[in-house]
Amino acid sequence: MPVIDTSQDDTSFTVVTEFDAPVERVWELWADARQLERWWGPPGYPATFTRHDFTVPGRSVYWMPGDGDVHPNYAAWSFVDIQPPNALEVDNGFADETGEPVPGFPWNRFSVRLEADGPRTRMTVRVAFGSAAELERMLGYGMREGFLAALSQTDAILAEG
Amino acid sequence: MPSRPTDAEVDRIFQALADATRRDIVRRVIGREQRVSDLAGRYEMSFAAVQKHVAVLERSGLVAKRRQGREQIVSPVVATIGRARGLLDELEALWRGRIDRMAAILQEDAAAAHAER
Repeated sequence: MPVIDTSQDDTSFTVVTEFDAPVERVWELWADARQLERWWGPPGYPATFTRHDFTVPGRSVYWMPGDGDVHPNYAAWSFVDIQPPNALEVDNGFADETGEPVPGFPWNRFSVRLEADGPRTRMTVRVAFGSAAELERMLGYGMREGFLAALSQTDAILAEG
Repeated sequence: MPSRPTDAEVDRIFQALADATRRDIVRRVIGREQRVSDLAGRYEMSFAAVQKHVAVLERSGLVAKRRQGREQIVSPVVATIGRARGLLDELEALWRGRIDRMAAILQEDAAAAHAER
């Protein structure tokens, strides 16, 4: 399993993982839109990047299939910091097709750090959110299913004490 | 199935859990019902302060309080605790999925390099 640690506090979630590839190669997964869209969206919800200006200030725009009544189908990234091939900081959120934020859908910031560990790469992703409501909006698609699934698991978790 | 919580409800849950003492109270209550007087004995603060924390948790819907004789008993509300868990579980699942897919792409590289040899 590539994920080696996850942690959370009241306003952020952090995941640490290690890949069997050099830092420069892992960086490409973020920098190259064609590679990015192979992994950003969950199965059944592939992301199509219509724009990927990987510079500061720059913006990326992507489209995901989903329930357009609940949230916009477009989302965007606004680059806050890019230090190839080690650090990336992005504001991320639902948007219109031009990449402009949509009122009522707050954006959140995530940061990525890539560190060489011999021939391997340690990646730390920290996702910040202002409140639970923002977190829920941020997740958007699939949220209802995930929520219901988590609820159904809760009884078992509580039963374990 | 309970209905989807409103934004206000979700915010109350997270505000309630933003405090270490309140998280600890929730942990204990999930284990088994607790008397407010027993909870008060566990923390270095006044009975009134602990009562206030319990009241915040009660308003968030994470715990319920009932009277039993002279004692107040605090019990967990499973559905609400599930909501709080679900949000972060979902975020974690999302990123675990992304990382698995990233690893799969990197593995394809390795396989292709091997095939070239």
